[in-house]
Amino acid sequence: MLEINQLEKCFGTTQVLKSIDLSVKPGELVFVIGPSGSGKSTMLRCCNRLEEPTSGSILLDSEHVTECHGRALDKMRLKIGMVFQGFHLYPHKSVLANVMLAQVKALKRSKPEAKARAMEMLEHVGLAHKADAMPSELSGGQQQRVAIARALALDPKVMLFDEPTSALDPELVGSVLKVMKQLRQEGMTMLVVSHEMEFAREAADRVVFMDGGVVVEAGPPEDIFGNPKSERLRAFLSRLQPTTAA
Amino acid sequence: MSFLDTFFDGAVMAKYLPDLLAALVTTLWLSAAIVIAGLALGLVLACLRTLGRWYLTLPIVAFADISRALPPLVVILVFYFGLPGLGIRLSGPMVLFIVLGGVLAAFAEEIFWAGLTSVPKGQWEAGRATGLSFMQTLFDIALPQAIRLGIPSLVNRALAITKMTALGSVIGVKEILSVSSSAQSFSGSATPLTMAALAYLAIFLPVVIFARLLEKRYT
Ligand SMILES: Nc1ncnc2c1ncn2[C@@H]1O[C@H](COP(=O)(O)OP(=O)(O)OP(=O)(O)O)[C@@H](O)[C@H]1O
Ligand SMILES: [Mg+2]
Repeated sequence: MLEINQLEKCFGTTQVLKSIDLSVKPGELVFVIGPSGSGKSTMLRCCNRLEEPTSGSILLDSEHVTECHGRALDKMRLKIGMVFQGFHLYPHKSVLANVMLAQVKALKRSKPEAKARAMEMLEHVGLAHKADAMPSELSGGQQQRVAIARALALDPKVMLFDEPTSALDPELVGSVLKVMKQLRQEGMTMLVVSHEMEFAREAADRVVFMDGGVVVEAGPPEDIFGNPKSERLRAFLSRLQPTTAA
Repeated sequence: MSFLDTFFDGAVMAKYLPDLLAALVTTLWLSAAIVIAGLALGLVLACLRTLGRWYLTLPIVAFADISRALPPLVVILVFYFGLPGLGIRLSGPMVLFIVLGGVLAAFAEEIFWAGLTSVPKGQWEAGRATGLSFMQTLFDIALPQAIRLGIPSLVNRALAITKMTALGSVIGVKEILSVSSSAQSFSGSATPLTMAALAYLAIFLPVVIFARLLEKRYT
């Protein structure tokens, strides 16, 4: 489904990603962990070219994301949903208008069609009753669920999540994770960067550990958490005490 | 002579009312033209600046800085009395429109630009990540937020500049100030100037009140 091959990214002279290889199969949830600054966000942002890769290739369903330009890239991005740590809802538009905008402008759906789809997606994340609210009237957890609905409404083939719960108060994290679990059950292909190790154990098919711009170790959550092979992963896990004890 | 006779002489008022009404209309449509053209040009320039091309940014910034630095009266005099020497002859209202419209465009460009740069990067990323083009993201996401931020300053600036239509009196434009001051010298009464003040209030006071309401709403 999503294939990352020998991806490299330099910011000026500093190399942030050093030949990353990673693939996500259809319906799979791949969970990425790693210390701050290891390049997780950069890798994710290269997948939809918010960040331009220095070299390497990204393929979605065997189509080259890295070779698209202009309109073709905009079309490609419709197939790649992205959820940000900071939500980034449009503050001047209602919740409904947030979820409709790209459907109408980029996907060229008719307004009634876009509205129906938006309501369906808001229902899905449990926020249909907030359709007419402004983003500023919602809690962080609600805003993030609207952001998820906004991405889902475009019928993406894969969803990228960059620390979707890191900006939330602890009591609101659960509502967002619940939506993500539900998505996984429905067979959505997901690439998730997060520190919610509990969630990784429960929902991830594969966990990838990144450090210093390389994939150090990857495997099923039981192996990564229960039987880490590399020294760096063991050091990383021991720094997050509570979850590693289990 | 009493206060009333000096400033509110009924006979003088009746005599010059038609002239002053005509002048009020002139000021009104000149102001409207200046505001529309100035804001539109300022918006276009700010949008062009977002493209980040030096060959666009450089002349835009130069235009904005020079237009904001020069006193409008100087430019008006140069255009009206200097350009004919080059064979370019513009009418008084045209000079007023071009110069004041240009000055407003310069200020508006800076206000729109300040608004655009204060829209968080994440807004652009959210737009582009959902498949919107640069232009769609600019028009549907960034600009509405920038305009909202800029409204109070835009209204104040538009007010300050449209009031400068009074400068038309030095180049023979029959706007409120020039008509009333010539009526004042003909009649020897200050009443036409009172009428001028009332005419300006009639035009600009509603705008000021409207601006206050807008400001309340958006800040
Ligand atoms: N636009 C940029 N310009 C220069 N350097 C950057 C830029 N974006 C990221 N970096 C650098 O790239 C490295 C990797 O950053 P990245 O955000 O991908 O890390 P991360 O793994 O997501 O970290 P975190 O867990 O803190 O989010 C960091 O050292 C960062 O300073
Ligand atoms: Mg990050």
